[in-house]
Amino acid sequence: MSHYAMVIDTRLCIGCGDCVIACKTENKVPEGLNRDWVVEATSGTYPHLSTEFRSERCNHCSHATCVYQCPTGASHHWRDSNIVLVDPRKCTGCKACIAACPYDARLVMHPDGYIDKCTFCVHRVEQGLDPACVSTCPTHCMHFGLLDDPSSRVAQLLRTRNYKALAEETGNQPNVFYLT
Amino acid sequence: MKRREFLKISGLLGAGTAGAGLLGGCSTLFPGPDAYPAPGSGKLSQTPTFCDMCFWKCAGFVHQENGKPWKITGNDTDLHSEGRLCTRGTGGLGSFEDRDRLRRPLLRVTGSDGRQRFKEVSWDEALDFVAGKLKKIAADYGPDRTALLNHGYGARHFSHLMRAYGCGSSAEPAFAQCRGPRDIGFVLTYGEDLGSPERTDMENSRCIVLIGSHIGENLHNGQVQTLSAGLAKGASLITVDPRFSVPASKSKYWLPIKPGTDIALLLAWMHVLINEGLYDKEYVDRHTTGFGQLSAHVQRYSPEWVFLETGLEPELIRASAREMAKCAPATLVHPGRHTAWWGDDTQRSRAIAILNALLGSWGRKGGLYIQEGVALPKYPLPDYPEPKSDWQVAHAGRYPFADQGVTTALVEASIGSQAHYKGWLVYGTNLPTTLPGIAPQLRAAIDSLELVVVVDTMPAEITGYADVVLPECTYLERYDDLRNSAERHGSLALRMPAFEPLYETKPGWWIAKQLGERLGLQKYFPWKDYSEVLDWQLKQVGSSLEEMQKLGVKNFPRRGPKYFVEGQPVQFATPSGKIELYSQQLAERGFDPMPVYHRPERPPAGYYHLNYGRMPSHTFGKTTNNPLLFQLAPENTLWVNPLVAAEHALLNGTYVRLRNPEGTLSDPIRLRVTERVGPDSVFMAHGFGHRSRRLRLTYGLGADDSALMSNVKTDPLMGGSGMRTSFVTFVKEEA
Repeated sequence: MSHYAMVIDTRLCIGCGDCVIACKTENKVPEGLNRDWVVEATSGTYPHLSTEFRSERCNHCSHATCVYQCPTGASHHWRDSNIVLVDPRKCTGCKACIAACPYDARLVMHPDGYIDKCTFCVHRVEQGLDPACVSTCPTHCMHFGLLDDPSSRVAQLLRTRNYKALAEETGNQPNVFYLT
Repeated sequence: MKRREFLKISGLLGAGTAGAGLLGGCSTLFPGPDAYPAPGSGKLSQTPTFCDMCFWKCAGFVHQENGKPWKITGNDTDLHSEGRLCTRGTGGLGSFEDRDRLRRPLLRVTGSDGRQRFKEVSWDEALDFVAGKLKKIAADYGPDRTALLNHGYGARHFSHLMRAYGCGSSAEPAFAQCRGPRDIGFVLTYGEDLGSPERTDMENSRCIVLIGSHIGENLHNGQVQTLSAGLAKGASLITVDPRFSVPASKSKYWLPIKPGTDIALLLAWMHVLINEGLYDKEYVDRHTTGFGQLSAHVQRYSPEWVFLETGLEPELIRASAREMAKCAPATLVHPGRHTAWWGDDTQRSRAIAILNALLGSWGRKGGLYIQEGVALPKYPLPDYPEPKSDWQVAHAGRYPFADQGVTTALVEASIGSQAHYKGWLVYGTNLPTTLPGIAPQLRAAIDSLELVVVVDTMPAEITGYADVVLPECTYLERYDDLRNSAERHGSLALRMPAFEPLYETKPGWWIAKQLGERLGLQKYFPWKDYSEVLDWQLKQVGSSLEEMQKLGVKNFPRRGPKYFVEGQPVQFATPSGKIELYSQQLAERGFDPMPVYHRPERPPAGYYHLNYGRMPSHTFGKTTNNPLLFQLAPENTLWVNPLVAAEHALLNGTYVRLRNPEGTLSDPIRLRVTERVGPDSVFMAHGFGHRSRRLRLTYGLGADDSALMSNVKTDPLMGGSGMRTSFVTFVKEEA
């Protein structure tokens, strides 16, 4: 199995939203919808503050509740990997996946009548390219690669830096990691 | 009736035709007869460009799939973008696809009912009208009685036209309302300014100091990338800002300073560096003049004294000064860019320049490097006629260190029947939202002028005041001059059309040439197509248009060293040939030869400092109607500290208006109650609160900070506008 991961350095992320626009143009995401977004989390009281920016999207979970809950098989893991895709032809728009997703990462509703979401730009990954968001980030805070390969940048970063993932307690085994 | 009613260009334009359609092709993901094609699986093509979403001019490629616009990505070989465009550059297609673009030339006419409106006219009619008026002004007063007000790279075509015509006056808000104070402050100190992109060597810095500069929210691509590279390599960041800005959140030391007291802090830092012996003595001895005077001057600015002004703990001031010294000369005290804040900004920039000199960072790795451009020959053309007068007329002896026109002064010199200026050509600058708090003067000037021509791509507010609106196509549909910015090494970049111009829009070079020919200035426009000029220039440096249409960017090796060579003498372009810590030039003109701190005015009870800035998704009002970027940030918000919100019973997410002491009321703006702003000021991003109904997406959303500016102080050295001197209070919306 191929284990793809995205690693995002919150110490460099500035929350500029370039990842969102790059995704929208690359994937021709319809007006008003987006597959990724930026969260700003501020804590403390002026002037003792900390702020973290996070670029968030589908976590392409190894244990993907959306895949298990999909009644039609539209949500599936792509080619023996953890990349979660929706086959638009099988999707009936029942929204079971939306209820099952701990990250609210699925879009309601593509105008063509299916539930859309981040694909990790699998059409680029096939060509050996990074996802569009990673390849455009002006701070170079985003990284993508195979965790199976110990020499990959993502594997190295997770070995050497502190990190977290979101809502790990769900047991979904998310694959977007945030360096802290 | 006013000679010019503000026209809203309403009810004129038809439905749009642009926009990407559905694509054919086959998918590798979901194969089958009714496949959903994967992006990029169709027929692909790309053309090079450099971006016009801001002035950073990053090179990239415009991609099309099956003949339809797809995306814009960075050019890997480009120093400005390093292959990565910013949010706005990535969203550049939105400017092409914007349904609200200007489409046809518009002429102001008065109907039989006596009301003014715009009439769509042919290019011939519009151009004949403009040329006729320019000829009449030349005959009645002289061609020098006109002015070009401009912003952006495309302005070069119109600068060429106006200089050929005999006009000597031009001004851009980028000077007096933006980076002018910084550049003049550095010229007075080092004999040179910082250029664009700035000569900051942040990727090699070990310590970076930002004075109110919010890189990251301000998304100048190379600045963001090099700051991020520096931080990734472990550089420490020191951020001075009353607001917990994005870089403040990345900082080792955040100094939450009281607004307007930066000069006090800068002098205190000098005090610490000098009194603790932490400055670069060898560098100061070798390259500077006036150290003795500076040393005596800063004695009264102890951290303890400065604490009372800035609210910054003395130990924080000392610790941050020591951090700078520890990392020097790889310490950059960043000069900023938009620096027109308090009316004494040239002196503040001098203080920043002097601090860099004490740290020995100018000309050193990790500080400020030596820029290089390409020696690109100019296309051979006749000399311009000597204008009878130039922008200095408008300054009337004021602003002795301004090296170009001050926009607000040119506006003043256009008011009344006896005014110097009789006609304006406005290119790419939306004066009503760019100039601070001078709506009445702008209005009076526009009423006095005999001709107002506006060249733009969008129906921005300024177009509503024009006699003639000439619709330019976007940067994605035209050639412009080659980009040749001095940088880490020389490079050229090409902007070429990716698409045919939509509607009846035309490239700037074509508009300028057409006007030139009608004015009898054919000899200044000997080309049929501007690509001939670019090809000629490229062939002089061993390239060609054909080559550049493939590459987009051509890099040139450095000819000289990037940093000072140890032991070699350096000649600075100042009167003394040294870095001038003490400025004899300033003393001779009656100004402070070294920066002096003056306490800023504080807001009256119930009022707050109006602080403004940028958001990463927009280049001010230029992009707020861009349909892609609009989705990211449709309106600005008013940042208010929770204590202030509680005092005024303001609820997060509700709308409020602001009022300044002169009674100007803003449009409603949504409240963002946040700890990231202090209790003495409020903050909003600039570029919203549009009043032009033809900007259908952004019209009526958010508030305009520049309309609220009052009490604006003018920098006596170079005419810069002090735009942070304004106070506002809240006016709650009726429930």
